[in-house]
Amino acid sequence: MARRHPLRDDHPSGSGDGTARSEGEGDATRGTSRRRFLGYVLAAPTLTVAAQLGAEALAPRQAAAAAPALIPSLPGPAELLDLNELLTLAALPTSHLITIRLDEDGTAHFALPRAEVGQGITTSSAMIVAEELDLPLDKVKVTLADARPELLFNQLTGGSNTTYSTYHPLRVAAAVARGRLLRAASLVLGEAVGTLTTKAGAVLSPAGALLGYGELAVKAAAVSDTAVEVTLKDSDRFRLIGTGQRRVDALEAITGRKKFAMDLQVPDALPTMVCRPPTINGTVRSVANLAEVRAMPGITDVVTVSTGVAVRGRTFGQCIDAVRALRVDWGPGTAEGASDATVLAKLRRAELPLVVPPLPLLTKAVDARFTFHFASNAALETNCAIADVREDSAEIWGSLKAPIVAREQIALKLGLPVSAVRVHVTEGGGSFGRKLFHDAADEAAEISRVMGKPVKLMWHRTDDFRQGRTHPMSTSRVRATYTLGEVLTYEQRHTSVATDFGHGIGEVLTAEAARLPVGDLAFSETMFQLTQISPYHLGVTTQLLSETDKGFNTGSMRNIYSPNVRCAQELVMDELARRMGQDGYAMRRRLMKDPRARAVLDKVAEVGEWGRTMPAGTAQGIAVHTEYHSVVAMLVEIDCRPETTGRKIPGAVTGPRVTRVVCAVDVGLAVNPRGLEAQMMGGISDGIAITLTSGLHLRDGHFLEGSWDQYFYTRQWNTPPELEIIVMPSTGDKPGGAGELAVAGAMAAVACAYGRATGTMPTVFPVNHADPLAFTPLPTVPPVPASPTDGRDRAL
Amino acid sequence: MPQHTFILNGKAVTADVEGDVRLLWVLRDVLGVTGPKYGCGVGVCRACTSHLNGKAFTPCAVPVEDLAPNDEVTTIEGLPDTVGSDLHPMQEAWLDLDVAQCGYCQPGQIMTAVAEVRRAREAGREITEADLDTIRNICRCGTYHRIRQAVLDGARRMT
Repeated sequence: MARRHPLRDDHPSGSGDGTARSEGEGDATRGTSRRRFLGYVLAAPTLTVAAQLGAEALAPRQAAAAAPALIPSLPGPAELLDLNELLTLAALPTSHLITIRLDEDGTAHFALPRAEVGQGITTSSAMIVAEELDLPLDKVKVTLADARPELLFNQLTGGSNTTYSTYHPLRVAAAVARGRLLRAASLVLGEAVGTLTTKAGAVLSPAGALLGYGELAVKAAAVSDTAVEVTLKDSDRFRLIGTGQRRVDALEAITGRKKFAMDLQVPDALPTMVCRPPTINGTVRSVANLAEVRAMPGITDVVTVSTGVAVRGRTFGQCIDAVRALRVDWGPGTAEGASDATVLAKLRRAELPLVVPPLPLLTKAVDARFTFHFASNAALETNCAIADVREDSAEIWGSLKAPIVAREQIALKLGLPVSAVRVHVTEGGGSFGRKLFHDAADEAAEISRVMGKPVKLMWHRTDDFRQGRTHPMSTSRVRATYTLGEVLTYEQRHTSVATDFGHGIGEVLTAEAARLPVGDLAFSETMFQLTQISPYHLGVTTQLLSETDKGFNTGSMRNIYSPNVRCAQELVMDELARRMGQDGYAMRRRLMKDPRARAVLDKVAEVGEWGRTMPAGTAQGIAVHTEYHSVVAMLVEIDCRPETTGRKIPGAVTGPRVTRVVCAVDVGLAVNPRGLEAQMMGGISDGIAITLTSGLHLRDGHFLEGSWDQYFYTRQWNTPPELEIIVMPSTGDKPGGAGELAVAGAMAAVACAYGRATGTMPTVFPVNHADPLAFTPLPTVPPVPASPTDGRDRAL
Repeated sequence: MPQHTFILNGKAVTADVEGDVRLLWVLRDVLGVTGPKYGCGVGVCRACTSHLNGKAFTPCAVPVEDLAPNDEVTTIEGLPDTVGSDLHPMQEAWLDLDVAQCGYCQPGQIMTAVAEVRRAREAGREITEADLDTIRNICRCGTYHRIRQAVLDGARRMT
């Protein structure tokens, strides 16, 4: 059983020893007073350990260090307590356990109570466990946990909070496991625990004996649940955390083996689609030809439900044909007659007034108002879910970022006890805010109940754009005053179509409201105050939100308010710099509150050669963003010359081209720098999209866009040919958020570059929104287009 | 029910289904081949991109009755077999550059990339930045830059 081994580059037993501290001399030898954490060994056939999610005591956050600005601003609410901390705090008293099981083959297994939608958390979480457990990364198997109602607030994937909130619990559980393995090995080998070390999935003795974790999995198991104190590995001993690792699901993704919800084979769950109304949230009055459509080839069921008329059949292709054949008399929706112009007028009326305090003589002001049109947070995987609803139970499969809320609400809708509803979280094909809601799961449950059969429900792409959730249209009114080269006041009034936060984060906030430094604000205002940070000292600063019009299907889109709010602010910064005759980078640098933000700004200015000479019609833009305990800076170069904006790519909307992006990011501790780079890259693509090309046109109560060649998310022809992402050396011992971080900075920098290249500050986004439509809108009846038949001729 | 026979990933298959059903649904719903993904159903997002006799095409836009018994359809599942290996060189490039984020578009991206390289070579040249600009496949995670790098890297590995 015991084998010889030659290497001694290993992990001494002291750190993370789960046994009595008399054996764990590691602390004393290093002379530190490291914090102790509490974990558990659970009764199980093989070693099973656990730790509480959110169990780490939070150190109060330092107010941002003051920069040498003449007129500092008081810290805003988000600087004292931000959304990340709120979500983590909310978990404290109620959180339950995250469990790791070690199998006899030496693999560690855990079910992450979060949704993986591309952000790489299965990989980073596996790395955290592998690091603390001294196990090779490929021996850690991560799955996504089913909805666990006992977790209450702690199964919500949002706010870029996953790694921030699970970093310590995962390490604590892994450290408990390692301690138990050491103790079991000590009994086998007859040597003191303190003399043993661990490395690469094995316990090593000074004499050179080696015991694999798999061999110890049963011996290390417990017969009763026991609390155990542990200390964690010193970060200077990290071998895996901080190194770039490939995604754990990369091979599955590139071979087509990765299973998304619609790839699952659930018995008798046949393809199902819904014929949807021509206007937003319209209703079914009657259907003229139910029997005729039921008799179409492949179709098994056609029923009316609350969102439209559902069809179930052998293939999705036949469902599309059936949806198109239905003759439905539609009632009005919730936004009848609404258009971009009517919504803009409502926003104008709802805008809160500016309150400029008395100012010295000679004070001047920058006044600006920005419009951000509706945008789609659609993922490439459309809304979809599988439901099998029986008389007394229900089972749901879907990519859900708030699966507990889904489970509770579906149970309520079906009149079943929560315990009778099982919700499985599947791998998600992107989210961007969409999967915070369980629209498809809810609809699938309703259809399955009415049909009395299992259903595999998928939305058509056209419905996903037209009836799916949107990032609400908003405006930002900004007034900044200045005199003698200094900014005296900064006021921003953000006015938005109401954002729906009814996905569970509301429960978190309601429960935690008393802790918040925001007074008695409405829910969305609270979200706004928790997420918005002005990174600059701009004197007396107020940023307020007001909302109007609940007639739309909305939700947060990656980075919620920040891309719009910060884009407006950075554009005003450029305008202030121009009017005061200052350099935009130098002014930002001087007014920056946070030294980490100044460091990333300096980095992109240096690497991106800020201020280099460029041809007319091209320019640089620079911006920072601070959120989620992380900072990012972007330097963007854009080409707005006619030969570029008019470039021809068949069937493409081209326009200005971002030719270069330099991004520097500091998340405190980058667990997987390669994954972090990927998140920055994605956020940059999003920022380019919402600045230049991605918007929805609202007309007569419906959105015009109905396909990916109509809603212009960034494509290859708009991708920057040059892209450099710099991950700054770690500045902390805890990972900040990353998934949404890049979007605001990228949007702002692209907008600033566009303004400097064209000589005019852009005020409407996307900047091409008022251009003639680049497509012919699809009809609204039938709601989805016919499937083409010319695919053979278009083969390349 | 009408029968439709064609070659799928090197083997003759027969599907019992109405002839106007688009191949994407025959693959996914009838034959259980789920590598090609649905993203639009109208041939623009290209998430379902596969190969028809070696050329990139979108199965969402081809009625199954348009296929002849000797038509060779290759999906991502069958790509490695075309080079007699566990992975196609383009997939290896994808893996080494860790291109995928959510992964949903990736089968289509890889199938497009392989066809683009072949097409350039048939024209007697190598793939260029200008070619990359014309690739239409949507990646909603926005990992476009790594896709560009991987296509060029994969092209170098395709000998």
